[in-house]
Amino acid sequence: MAQFVESFLQALTAGLLTGAVYGLMCVGLSLIFGVMRVINFAQGDFMMLGMYVAFYAFGLLGGHLAFGAAMAPYLAALIAGPVIFLSGIAVHRLLISRVTGIRGSALESEGHYAQLILTLGIALVLQNGGLYAFGSAPVSIATPLSSSAWELGPLAGDSVSVFVNRGQTVAAAIALAAVLAFVALMSRSRLGKSLRAAADNPEAAIYMGIDVDRAHRLAFGFGVAITAIGGGLLASSYPFQPYVGLEYVIVMYAGVVLGGLGSVAGAFLGGLIIGLVQQLSTLFLPNQLQNTAIFVVFLAIVLLRPQGLFGTAARRT
Amino acid sequence: MSGGSRAHLRRHAAPMAAFLLVYAVLTAFVENSYYQLIMTVVPVWAVMGLAWNLLSGYSGLVSFGHAAFFGLGAYFVALTQIHWGLPPWFSIPLAGVLGALAGLLVGIPTFRLRGHYFALAMLAYPLALLYVFEWLGYQELALPMRRDAPLRYMQFDDHRLYAWLALGLMGGAMMLTGLVERARFGMSLLAIKQDEAAAEAAGIDTLAWKLKAITLSGAMAATIGGFYAVVLLIVTPPAVFGMLVSAQALIVAMFGGVGTLWGPVIGAVVLVPLSELLHAKLGNFIPGIQGVVYGIAIVAVILVAPEGVFWKVRDLSLRRRAPRALPDSVAPVRAEAEPSTRHSVHDRVPIFEVGNAPVFEVRNVSKAFGGLRAVQDVSLTVTRGEILGIIGPNGAGKTTLFNLLNGFIRPDQGQILLEGHSIVGSKPYRICAAGVGRTFQVVRPFRRMSVLDNALVGAYVHAASHRQARAAAQAALAQVGLSREMHLAAGGLSNKQLRLLELARALAGRPKVLLLDETLAGLSARDIEEVTSVVRRLAAQGVTIVIIEHTMPAMVRLVHRFVVLDHGAVLAQGQPAEITRNPAVVDAYLGRRWRAEHA
Repeated sequence: MAQFVESFLQALTAGLLTGAVYGLMCVGLSLIFGVMRVINFAQGDFMMLGMYVAFYAFGLLGGHLAFGAAMAPYLAALIAGPVIFLSGIAVHRLLISRVTGIRGSALESEGHYAQLILTLGIALVLQNGGLYAFGSAPVSIATPLSSSAWELGPLAGDSVSVFVNRGQTVAAAIALAAVLAFVALMSRSRLGKSLRAAADNPEAAIYMGIDVDRAHRLAFGFGVAITAIGGGLLASSYPFQPYVGLEYVIVMYAGVVLGGLGSVAGAFLGGLIIGLVQQLSTLFLPNQLQNTAIFVVFLAIVLLRPQGLFGTAARRT
Repeated sequence: MSGGSRAHLRRHAAPMAAFLLVYAVLTAFVENSYYQLIMTVVPVWAVMGLAWNLLSGYSGLVSFGHAAFFGLGAYFVALTQIHWGLPPWFSIPLAGVLGALAGLLVGIPTFRLRGHYFALAMLAYPLALLYVFEWLGYQELALPMRRDAPLRYMQFDDHRLYAWLALGLMGGAMMLTGLVERARFGMSLLAIKQDEAAAEAAGIDTLAWKLKAITLSGAMAATIGGFYAVVLLIVTPPAVFGMLVSAQALIVAMFGGVGTLWGPVIGAVVLVPLSELLHAKLGNFIPGIQGVVYGIAIVAVILVAPEGVFWKVRDLSLRRRAPRALPDSVAPVRAEAEPSTRHSVHDRVPIFEVGNAPVFEVRNVSKAFGGLRAVQDVSLTVTRGEILGIIGPNGAGKTTLFNLLNGFIRPDQGQILLEGHSIVGSKPYRICAAGVGRTFQVVRPFRRMSVLDNALVGAYVHAASHRQARAAAQAALAQVGLSREMHLAAGGLSNKQLRLLELARALAGRPKVLLLDETLAGLSARDIEEVTSVVRRLAAQGVTIVIIEHTMPAMVRLVHRFVVLDHGAVLAQGQPAEITRNPAVVDAYLGRRWRAEHA
């Protein structure tokens, strides 16, 4: 019994910590869907790019940091943000803007498929191009923090104690801070207002003098950048390779759909829950089936409650 | 299968046979075993593309998960040979059965979803299976070599035999697609792709057709997956359940052209050798080149020719041929000159006088959306052959009333009776079959299909055979005066002709009651004359008509009776003369200008 309680608490802690990072990743995806109504298939691959940017940035930073190697992985993750932001802007301008926005809405349902399939193509190029650029061997960002833990406890009796990984805790804290900063940006700034207006009613936004194409471009850039930061944070505790995006694209969609497509707070909570599901499933299922558990949860959500746990309006299109 | 699809197949038969023959002969000259493998995988991916196309290309529901069926087929063939020594000659067809079952099982829950959600849910199936098969310990299954009975186990020394077998499977898949394409099956799927709601309203049981499509599609994908296992001899989860498998199916079909039996074949013939050869030449320096090729191909297709090479080429060649077809289309429409009733099947139908028994009765129907009471306690009766006009300001609940009448939404309370039988709670396609046809505010013809085929979609409700459906469609076109345009593409019709075509589509289902939603909107005065005379003629033949319209002068002359709706409730009903003088109606709807002009 004590053994089970301990492993339960351990999984719970791990779930909350990874869940916070998943939550951040989901917020990025949700921003893109909320503003552009585009399902971005390549989100996981932008995340993968973010991981590699963080990996190389860490390599460069490593020894040169005055305040020690401990903080370098997190700084590297934050560097991934602006780099991926710029590449997102470029991809949007060159490719995605041709089938979305005002031009895309004229295509109605065919337009949606065009977007979906276009982002699939981008995903294939990124994944397989990544194989060429980065090689197929898994890499990870080694940091002293990710192999050390705080021990909480003994909590009940003298046998139950929980180990909290320090690296993951710092990552979760940064993820939470990033989400809060993003929420503040969206609700306070002029940029946030124009993004929300463009999301709400693109046509009316145009009449109010908002450049909707620019709003979409920025949403796409911010969306992939936020996810990339999440990827960078994850990179210090999990090894990764160029195909890693595919696993996480489902994790992200599960979280976003769980929270209700288009809601920022919902997306974060959704990601958190997916992290919990993934970690708690290890109590009952073999490790290899972690992702299957997520897919099953995802299918159950879309089939039973497509508006999400926190959403109200049923929009299945 | 039906006569129409057999005729259609005959038209495709010659190019199909020629293509297969050339391919088979070319294969005979290939000696290098690597090229023989390429000759084999081209038809394999063509079949995979055809399987995807059968569901997604025709119905428009994009699947990212066809690898699920492919992988199940591959593992089934591998496992049954390893454990039970089952020869592929038996296990491949059985894999097809398994794929059909899997398709049905996936379809039943997943078709509750539409659009993006459907696509994403489909993606989850193969990825979930991938991890399950890894967990089961099937990371790498090798089919045992059977030197004792190579032919029995499809282990040929001459690898060209694989290519020929694959070619045979591809020929079969193309024939199947050809049979589906122009039959009721394919027409129903196309109608779903265009507008699922309109398809339901035209009497198509959309769920049933979608399930049939995914069952057949799953069977095709699993069959070819099983064959693929035999060719490669090694099965791994990423190779058969991986993302690239689903993506490749989608990409060869999209590249070549969706919704046509040639599309996936063209896509596979171009893309598979290209990516394979690049992989062979550059794979050592550039791993993943195949994925890059497919990725770039699909990005380019979406940007340049979103519907694929086949349609692009066809549209271009039709444009070049267009001048020759022109005299036909600019010839004066003779429909007005000859009363089209003469050659319609409706001479069996006696001419009805208004005032017989009620056909359609609506009793105290209400519907609220949240706090908005869209329709409140509406009652009305229509008798056979009557033309009832429904008018009222925008937002008065007119279209909502139609949606209640044809079953798109269910009333909160009240009764709707068609010839005395309640139709509340029936599905739209059943209500259509029971005799309620409708048109929509926005005309949505199938632009690439001919006028006749457009009408045909609506004709299957009451037709036992393709021949009967065709006759009904032709009769309906004659009734509205579109017989001459029968073989033109619907995309080339004028606005008025499109309205008539929609009318014909609804008529082809032999409705007792026809609900017309703003059929005259956006037409010129002369066109309105023409369309209203068609409507009047239909009523004279016994079709009961309920029409929503804003064009008052035309309506006053067309209808027998008006029902005026305002804020979801009946404001007034009666003869045109009474209604146009009713002060409440003038205030709520017609306006002061009307009073000034008609006082």
